[in-house]
Amino acid sequence: MQIDLRTVSIKPQRNTFDHLARRFGDKPASRYQEGSYDIQATENLHYRPTWDPDQQIYDASITKIVMKDWYALKDPRQYYYNTYTVARARQQETAEANFSFVESRGLADMLPAEMKEIALRVLVPLRHAAWGANMNNSFICGYGYAAIFTQACMFHAMDNLGIAQYLSRLGLLLGDTEGLNEGKQAWLESDVWQPLRRYVEDCLVVRDPFELFVAQNVALDGLLYPLVYGRVVDGFLSANGASSIAMLTQFMNDWFGETQKWIDAVLKTVAAESEDNRALLREWAGKWGARAAAALLPIVQQALEGNADEAVGEEMAAFKARLAKLGIEI
Amino acid sequence: MDMTVAKKKLGLKEKYKLLTRDLGWEPTYHNKDEVFPYVKYEGIKVHDWEKWEDPFRLTMDAYWKYQAEKERKFYAIIDAHAQNNGHLNITDARYLSALKIFLQAISPGEYCAGKGFARMGREFPGVGTQVACQMQAIDEIRHAQTQIHALSNYNKFYNGFHAFADARDRMWYCTLPRSFFDDAMSAGPFEFMIAIGFSFEYVLTNLLFVPFMSGAAYNGDMATVTFGFSAQSDEARHMTLGLECIKFMLEQDPDNLPIVQNWIDKWFWRGFRLLGVVGTMMDYMLPKRVMSWREAFEIYGIENGGALFKDLARYGIRPPKGWDDAGKALDHMTHQFMLALYQYQFGTAFHSWIPSEEDMAWLSKKYPTTFDKYYRPRWEHIKKLKEAGTPYANMGLAKLCQTCQIPTVFTEPDDPTTLCHREVEYKGETYHFCSDGCQHIFEKEPEKYIQGWLPLAAIFQAPLNGDLGAWMEWVSLADGKDNGDFAGSEDQRNFEAWRNQATSNQ
Repeated sequence: MQIDLRTVSIKPQRNTFDHLARRFGDKPASRYQEGSYDIQATENLHYRPTWDPDQQIYDASITKIVMKDWYALKDPRQYYYNTYTVARARQQETAEANFSFVESRGLADMLPAEMKEIALRVLVPLRHAAWGANMNNSFICGYGYAAIFTQACMFHAMDNLGIAQYLSRLGLLLGDTEGLNEGKQAWLESDVWQPLRRYVEDCLVVRDPFELFVAQNVALDGLLYPLVYGRVVDGFLSANGASSIAMLTQFMNDWFGETQKWIDAVLKTVAAESEDNRALLREWAGKWGARAAAALLPIVQQALEGNADEAVGEEMAAFKARLAKLGIEI
Repeated sequence: MDMTVAKKKLGLKEKYKLLTRDLGWEPTYHNKDEVFPYVKYEGIKVHDWEKWEDPFRLTMDAYWKYQAEKERKFYAIIDAHAQNNGHLNITDARYLSALKIFLQAISPGEYCAGKGFARMGREFPGVGTQVACQMQAIDEIRHAQTQIHALSNYNKFYNGFHAFADARDRMWYCTLPRSFFDDAMSAGPFEFMIAIGFSFEYVLTNLLFVPFMSGAAYNGDMATVTFGFSAQSDEARHMTLGLECIKFMLEQDPDNLPIVQNWIDKWFWRGFRLLGVVGTMMDYMLPKRVMSWREAFEIYGIENGGALFKDLARYGIRPPKGWDDAGKALDHMTHQFMLALYQYQFGTAFHSWIPSEEDMAWLSKKYPTTFDKYYRPRWEHIKKLKEAGTPYANMGLAKLCQTCQIPTVFTEPDDPTTLCHREVEYKGETYHFCSDGCQHIFEKEPEKYIQGWLPLAAIFQAPLNGDLGAWMEWVSLADGKDNGDFAGSEDQRNFEAWRNQATSNQ
């Protein structure tokens, strides 16, 4: 049916949905607000989970963190599905261009053999750590509370998978399937990797979604990304004639910078809510942060050797300073 | 200079394997039962997760790329729709009732499914399965959001949309989809996959999406058509996941068969009851109709579903237990549902109405054996009462089915003149059911279903204490605006006035 409509100006009857008007006043809402606030069921839940009858289907008390309103955890990037996928689609275009630049010019074959070997040893096993991060963020989305927080965790989980896949492609490019196999062997058996694998597996049995958020996204990634992608790739490898590796990990660097804004905003809000929350965050970030630093040391030693201790120490200091700014002294 | 060694050329399947399941490993610092604690208690035996066939092979870079293209198009269209008063293109404002029900009842379910699949993406101990579930998780977030965004503009101009988030938790008829999704969310991971991945996505989604979206297209609603069609390629992925999951369970161990069959019986009936709402929208709420509910069910339910169960017969699966009763209900269910909605229209955040002569002629053509015989006379009677100034309203509150939560308004499968009603005594309490199907579901898991939150009982409890006005406020229902007969409603008046303004030179 086609009717020719004159352009008319009609006065809207209302500006937005009731639940948004209650939060933000009677004015038009953004798409981020419409897609994020109050869309998880909160009342009159019908049945207790058969998988754990002590929990509710959506249960804010699974974590020790207490928030008056979990919807306070807004994302400064204002990511809902659309803005998230559009941003990542752009980044993957850049990543694709970088990969094909390196591939088409045979840059991988021009790398100094020793540097290539180090890159394989340091980076390839991390694809398994990224898969662990993916499972952890899928968990936080599944059991965390309030759509505004949990949707961002799902986006993060998919990013973790994307990173695991970029690392796998990097491994294939530099070392073919043997490169991946050796990396997996190292992940499973080499002493260098056991502290990190143990860390990741310990995370897989943490069932407090917010403690897991701290262990994975704050502590581990907060140290791993600056150490590996900053110090080892952009610093050490680039200085030693292997700067094309940095093109293959640009996604990870950009991603870390971007997602840190969200993670910091979440931490800041949770810490500001109560002294109890702050104490929990200090305990968790302190405990997991120290373990993460110790687990990462042998990994970066493969590249930085005698300078690794100092690098880890400096990044730990930077990590503490970052948290201190958010009101979390460790 | 060294010779460059030519790299092995990897096939797509092999490459995808390296980019997904090769990422996983067997944990050694904790035992597997600690890492995946929920995967055994339902009794499903899995011997080899590697046997899982990836239903689709999509890496994240490709996912971002394709999805972003679809997203750009979708928002360009709904922006244009909002700017150009696209809502005035719909056939007439009666159509809006279907959208209001969709937003209150279905969109929250999409979000819930997303959360459920995030859990499955963590709880299954196989990377292939996990990745497929995670992609569905993020897709379902997409569907909830695109639906809210597409319907947001209607909310600015029409009643009944504004309190969908409150309705989801409190409104009596919203407990039908809510209890369906809560049931799936409180089930174990394998049952969840049968409930949502198989029953809802594979068996029922065609019935929801194809006729509903075609209905939207027929009635000039570009916003809804766009979210429907934009979701379709996602749905295709979800359907293959649902089917792969059921085949995987059946192939892993013969002991899984009775468990899976029981879930299929349960979730077919749960789904059939849920889709009764969609059928009612199709038969009664679309000013221009695509096909009747009966025709849609024949194509998408009986033909496609029949072929599917034939395919599954090699595993020993038989058609769901309620299959025959569903067939018998086809000619009655939507009429009984609409009559129920009409008589409780004081308590619905959408409008209902007495079908016009033209509507009734269509209904008797589509339902030749039942409409004129059983339902036309009731509508005629209701019409007479209205003309006499004594419109029919049932101010009593219906008895709800303990399982599906619909008022017990349906008739016996073999006798359309007798209301179907079943009772079960459990631990000294009497529970009521609308059908054998719902009774059987209860009897298999009574401890679960006695927990169901019954919205009509809540009206008589504190703090409402039976006060209808207080109840309306509690469910955010604007009396005289959101509810009641379409004839004479604000939506009807406004739509006509705005459309006249847009199509005339005044």
